[in-house]
Amino acid sequence: MAKETFQFFTLIEKMSAREVYGKKMAEIGSKDERIVVLTADLMRSNRTGDFQKAHPERFFNIGIAEQNMMGIAAGLALDGKIPFVSTMATFATMRACEQVRTDICYANLPVRIVATHGGLTTGAGPTHYGQEDLAIMRSLPNITVIAPGDPNQIGKVVEAAIDWEGPMYIRIGRGGEPIVYQEEYEYKIGKAITINDGNDLTLIATGSIVFHAVMAAEKLAKEGIAARVIDMHTIKPLDREVVIKAAQETGAIITAEDHTIFGGLGSAVAEVLADEGIACKFKRLGIPDLFAGYGEPEYLYNLYGYDAEGIYKTAKDLLK
Amino acid sequence: MADKETLERLKDLTSEARKNILRLCHKGATHIGGDLSMADMMTVLYQYGMKHDPKNPAWKERDRFILSKGHGAGCLYVTLAMAGYFTMDEVLAKYREPGSPFGEHPSGEIPGVEIATGSLGHGLPICVGLALAARLDGRQNRVFTLMGDGETQEGSVWEAAMAAAHYQLGNLVAFVDRNRLSLDGETEKLMKLEPYAEKWKAFGWRVEVIDGHDIAQIVDVFDRLPPPSADQPTIVIGETVKGKGVPSMENDANWHAGSIDAEFLAQSCAELDAARKRERGE
Repeated sequence: MAKETFQFFTLIEKMSAREVYGKKMAEIGSKDERIVVLTADLMRSNRTGDFQKAHPERFFNIGIAEQNMMGIAAGLALDGKIPFVSTMATFATMRACEQVRTDICYANLPVRIVATHGGLTTGAGPTHYGQEDLAIMRSLPNITVIAPGDPNQIGKVVEAAIDWEGPMYIRIGRGGEPIVYQEEYEYKIGKAITINDGNDLTLIATGSIVFHAVMAAEKLAKEGIAARVIDMHTIKPLDREVVIKAAQETGAIITAEDHTIFGGLGSAVAEVLADEGIACKFKRLGIPDLFAGYGEPEYLYNLYGYDAEGIYKTAKDLLK
Repeated sequence: MADKETLERLKDLTSEARKNILRLCHKGATHIGGDLSMADMMTVLYQYGMKHDPKNPAWKERDRFILSKGHGAGCLYVTLAMAGYFTMDEVLAKYREPGSPFGEHPSGEIPGVEIATGSLGHGLPICVGLALAARLDGRQNRVFTLMGDGETQEGSVWEAAMAAAHYQLGNLVAFVDRNRLSLDGETEKLMKLEPYAEKWKAFGWRVEVIDGHDIAQIVDVFDRLPPPSADQPTIVIGETVKGKGVPSMENDANWHAGSIDAEFLAQSCAELDAARKRERGE
């Protein structure tokens, strides 16, 4: 697939997943009356204003009350609706964690939590960083956990989400992330996308770091190192097969994510390798065990070593 | 105002419910004090006030009920059994058995249970969602919940209280089992709730304060309910006694939860029968 959809970048085009989400919701809202949209005083941030204009009766701005919002979403879903609930990742997964777990996940309700500002994308400091969200959500039974590999992918995720069974956690960034996929491609929840083939090592990334993995692969290619690049957009259920194949065929795996290295993508991949008894060279990249400081994402990704340069350097070290 | 025959029937059922609650407590530990304080309101809900069909628990037009104080599972099982969702024998056989859905807190697998509850402060937000869904579908069903008074110390309750008034959910009716005791003691000493009715009024609710053990008063609450299309949610603060109907348990926080032996069960059931006979003037 990669061959058709992916090309090394000459011009980096950026897009906001929030904009794509907002437009997509207004569109699918017209097709399916079960869809309702909830936000907690973040309509302007979530870009759900178009949905509100098109379907005001199915739009609920709950105010600054995330626990209540998740409970209300559970009630709506219990009675046949498909709620798309938006707030920032940190509030969705921690302020309202128990409502997500007990009201939504335990009841296995089709609530779609669209969490914005995942990872360090806000630059707004630790109170607003969503650096543990994937780990928290991944530990909850029944829920599907997704971090789209580029800003446009959220549109495909939302379409696939309408008839997906059970709750979903969909994590996007703040916006202004580069577009990875230049052409049309097939998207399936739970099926990783191999963006670039290669057998020297594998770079597995998710969310906003997929772009950086691609850039690192480009740099490695110039030195004759063929890196396989995998967009692991679905963290749970994880595409185990693609991980096993990567370990067996390339013998080295680097995971990279805008998330603490504990419990997210890197841990999920490591669990597969350990469970399967496959040994390979392995390195997890992500936020180390600290509260990240202030700064724009590009600065922070570089500081903590999981931007394109960090991934490239780690790859070189790993292959020594 | 219900006729005398209806009231007598409901009183008989409530007395029977208390005995079943005690039988269950003999089978395994329950939150017995709260089960007994909520029994009258629960009986009137399922035997008089609510529109529901035990033979068709998924009936779309049914009134919804969420037991927000999920630790009142014992009373809920008894109420549902007596309403015909399953038998009391089944509950007694399965309560707290390994793998059984009839646990210390209700699971969503039980017929008539809309969603699992147990963690406090979750019911009212869910009810707001259910009430909004009914409005969206143009259905005339109501959404009921029962909360413990201690439970309303949770902030999420007040988030939902705000939302229910904001969305003008006249199809939402919340009961509070105001027995004034939580696990550690008196709510007013522990974390003061008063002025309680005023708080709900200030949040924009239609407030009813009743004796939560007076069947006629509970019936009247239902008779007075505004139509589901009304623009104000209703809160019914039922002033109750924890452990009601079992003199040695009444108003004793030590009877928050526990189990009873056969002798205690027999004596308490005899007391309940005697009290009901006195009430009938027999």
